[in-house]
Amino acid sequence: MAKKVHETPMLDELENGPWPSFISGIKRLRDQHPDERIQSVANSLLGQLEHSYETRKGYWKGGTVSVYGYGGGIIPRFSEVGAAFPESKEFHTLRVQPPAGNFYTTDMLRQLGESWEKWGSGLVTFHGQTGNIMFIGTTTENTQHFFDEINEYGWDLGGAGPCVRTGMSCVGAARCEQSCCNEHSIHRSLLNRFTDDVHRPALPYKFKFKVSGCPNDCVNSIERSDFAIIGTWRDAMKIDQDEVKAYVARKGRQYVIDNVTTRCPTNCMTLNDDDTLTVDDHDCVRCMHCLNVMPTALSPGDDKGITVLIGGKRTLKIGDLMGTVVVPFMKMETEEDYQRLTEMAENIIDFWAENGLEHERCGEMIERIGLVNFLEGIGVDVDPHMVSHPRQSSYVRTDGWDEQAEEWYRRKLEAKQQASV
Amino acid sequence: MALADMRTPIESGCPDGFQYMHPVMRRNYGQWKYHDHPRPGVLRHVSHHGDQIWTVKAGTQRILDVFTLRKLCDIGDKYAEGYVRFTIRSNIEYMVSDGAKVEPLVKALEDAGFVVGGTANSVSMISHTQGWLHCDIPGTDASGVVKAMMDELIDEFRTCRMPNRVHITTSCCQINCGGQGDIAINVQHTKPPKINHDLVSNVCERPSVVARCPVAAIRPALVNGKPSLEVDEKKCICCGACYPPCPPMQINDPEHTKLAIWVGGNHSNARGKPTFQKLVAAGIPNNPPRWPEATAIVKRILKAYQEGARDWERVNDWIERIGWPRFFEVTGLPFTTYHVDNWRGARSSLNASTHIRF
Repeated sequence: MAKKVHETPMLDELENGPWPSFISGIKRLRDQHPDERIQSVANSLLGQLEHSYETRKGYWKGGTVSVYGYGGGIIPRFSEVGAAFPESKEFHTLRVQPPAGNFYTTDMLRQLGESWEKWGSGLVTFHGQTGNIMFIGTTTENTQHFFDEINEYGWDLGGAGPCVRTGMSCVGAARCEQSCCNEHSIHRSLLNRFTDDVHRPALPYKFKFKVSGCPNDCVNSIERSDFAIIGTWRDAMKIDQDEVKAYVARKGRQYVIDNVTTRCPTNCMTLNDDDTLTVDDHDCVRCMHCLNVMPTALSPGDDKGITVLIGGKRTLKIGDLMGTVVVPFMKMETEEDYQRLTEMAENIIDFWAENGLEHERCGEMIERIGLVNFLEGIGVDVDPHMVSHPRQSSYVRTDGWDEQAEEWYRRKLEAKQQASV
Repeated sequence: MALADMRTPIESGCPDGFQYMHPVMRRNYGQWKYHDHPRPGVLRHVSHHGDQIWTVKAGTQRILDVFTLRKLCDIGDKYAEGYVRFTIRSNIEYMVSDGAKVEPLVKALEDAGFVVGGTANSVSMISHTQGWLHCDIPGTDASGVVKAMMDELIDEFRTCRMPNRVHITTSCCQINCGGQGDIAINVQHTKPPKINHDLVSNVCERPSVVARCPVAAIRPALVNGKPSLEVDEKKCICCGACYPPCPPMQINDPEHTKLAIWVGGNHSNARGKPTFQKLVAAGIPNNPPRWPEATAIVKRILKAYQEGARDWERVNDWIERIGWPRFFEVTGLPFTTYHVDNWRGARSSLNASTHIRF
């Protein structure tokens, strides 16, 4: 490289120590990449980053960059110190949607890598916090070229801005015995129903779907998605008593009592004198603890489905919110089940698009208008599973009580009749 | 690009993952019976049909250059049947159908400088945000903080010596894109934004900036005869949310940007209900390139957790059992007025009982 290499005394410190260093990676692009364009971009990026380390300030600002036909999916970045570091003064990121569960063949990773070194900086992250593959660093013009190339072989942009965002799913049924639903199918059918809302930001703010196959919630859907789908079951958990006995023999009774039965949040388990386990399934809240400790002996039941929780989100703007249970249980087996779930998502997004304020997440809208108004808006009946406990405050009008009570009995009767068909 | 060259996108959305899935996983989809944990960094799953798949997990630098990506692919081709996946903490997982392939794969990864581990009761890779490398309101460089910290926690990644798994997250501002963790290292701006009044009227859409503020501290104002904005500094919580829609409201500050540490975030439903992280330490210097002060506090918390927690207790379970006063005692961290919540709903976090440990 003919140009001057920026000195990086502070960044050099991050090449010490045993953990793999991202600084060494960027330096490899600067020093070893055959393409002079990539060398210069890496050099310039390192220069700006070192400047940030020295002055303890960031120097990127946003803007508007998109590909033809779309309104979002790119994180535009323009440097505020572009005069000193011109080769990385435009350094946009493309958000690309991965498959559910983040599976790749090495062939596909190579193909993506080749396209990215043709049009971008050669830096990539698997994956960003929203779930996208992040292709970090390209110019406005090359953004289009790169997108065109990878779009031809099967990849599409994810969301950025006020839109439906890229989804995330756990590894799920592909490799986990705890999985209670087809995460991949749910993920794809929901996300691809809203492709238009991913590409054209027109909602109050972001809206995220995340799917976890069981209540361990490995993709953190409950805290980090507006629409969390968590697999569960409603019949008895399955117990292999021979495996229970083998486990007790291996670990000892005291260990099982201390770590399994007394850790049950509802005290629904008993270790019997003959080293078998009894579970009161009506009290079981499917917390997963005992299944996690004894995966060979205990498994989810057969009557599997999902719980849907709405309105989880991170800090901005009113503070962190967990998702709230809106559907305690729903089977996910037939076409109609999938259709029902998609319709529910449509209703929620529509209602929020109409009623949410600018920059207000769905959970924040629920906080502002109250859960009952939200449920009414999306056409879902109240259910005692939606609350931790009934209202405490006595300041409430109850003029419609009798009609509501009648409605409750009518619904109960209907459910009973349906169950007996 | 001329308009005539413009190409209509193929709006294919989320791709089908089955085409990239290991054939054993495809064949046994939804048919897994149990798993075990032969050694740190390795999982074995057994299906109802008797098929088995071994997973080897390795930590990476998260920001990958194409050389590193190719190195990971070379290892995948030579030792791991060509299939990989990534975890949400940016670890890479290789799946092999034959147990005999595990040790050569582990060796190849370690020889190439990657770190095998991150399973079961380990400290997993720190999930983090973009920081100075790419974010527009970063108070620090999340990638650098994480690299420096993982250098010191590497043995806890490689081994399973913790009472339960430990998830750590890092965010480069209070908006906290990095997420919730058993231990979360987040940047805390401590001074209100400095406004460049000459630029506001040209750059910022003032109503959206006003709407963005969580505490209604921003008002439209005329300054030197020009439309601008003003901040009620007493109300301002220094979150920085006004900066993206209005860059003349500079929040980053080399001196007053500090790191803070939060603990007990746990999104799993296992045992208790999911919990949010709680503040335990703030005012930690933003001290590149190695941030030693933050790492020292994280290590102190991890040590207390490791010594004090029982098997299967996550950080939040452990603290719930021993109580917060004891947490501050065993970690030696000071308890200050900043630990007492004053945000909406805060009274529910106060102790309205005589449940007190002596």
